[in-house]
Amino acid sequence: MASAKPRVKVPKKASAGDVITIKTLISHKMESGQRKDKKGEVIPRQIINKFECFFNGEPVFSCDIDPAISANPYFEFSAKVDEPGTFKFVWTDDDGSVYETEKAIKVN
Amino acid sequence: MKLTRRETMSFSAGAIALMIAGARTAPAMAGAGETDAAVMAFSGGAQPEAGVITLKAPEIAENGNTVPVSVSVDSPMTKDDYVESVAIFAEGNPNPEVVTFNFTPRSGEAAATTRMRLAKTQNVVAVAKTSTGKVYIDKREVKVTIGGCGG
Repeated sequence: MASAKPRVKVPKKASAGDVITIKTLISHKMESGQRKDKKGEVIPRQIINKFECFFNGEPVFSCDIDPAISANPYFEFSAKVDEPGTFKFVWTDDDGSVYETEKAIKVN
Repeated sequence: MKLTRRETMSFSAGAIALMIAGARTAPAMAGAGETDAAVMAFSGGAQPEAGVITLKAPEIAENGNTVPVSVSVDSPMTKDDYVESVAIFAEGNPNPEVVTFNFTPRSGEAAATTRMRLAKTQNVVAVAKTSTGKVYIDKREVKVTIGGCGG
């Protein structure tokens, strides 16, 4: 699904050592593989199965996702920032597509 | 066909009974046994202890398609002692696995929020695994008005 659009909320700046909250959302139907179409045939599963967050290349948070996560998967988590840098967010689709976005943060 | 009130009532009662029977048998649900097995597989056989981890979920979810859930674990989150992962399981879904959060010391706090699907009223279980080998568990019942597994 090429139309998957990630949205991420990261504070613009923080003090060194702060624990900040990050909110992410990506538009995706998260087809569970349990539903049937009008003919009674099972609609094949297609979900985002992995989400990862990196800060300056180092892993911060990730999750392995099963079909029980709602459509347009939303994740809220925290990160500790000691230095300025860039957060990178990566979503991996069942069909192999990878959706990425980045956010910079100022630290003083 | 014209129905009297009495006939209509008994007919609809029968229909409801059929629906309930159908709902019981139709989808194969995970059940508590399968969830326990999944918890054990996640914990690596360690017996989970209560406390330290908190699972937050609504008591009543009107729409099973998006049920907000939060977990937080009390942990110093240092290099030597941090929460490695937290898994969420749903006993009444077709598959018990919902999501596994993987934390690092850079996470700062072992807390995360997401939205999940629940097929029916059931127990939601959260299990945390720390870098020191401790396993913690918390359980909460969520009443679901409209199930969220399609059908």
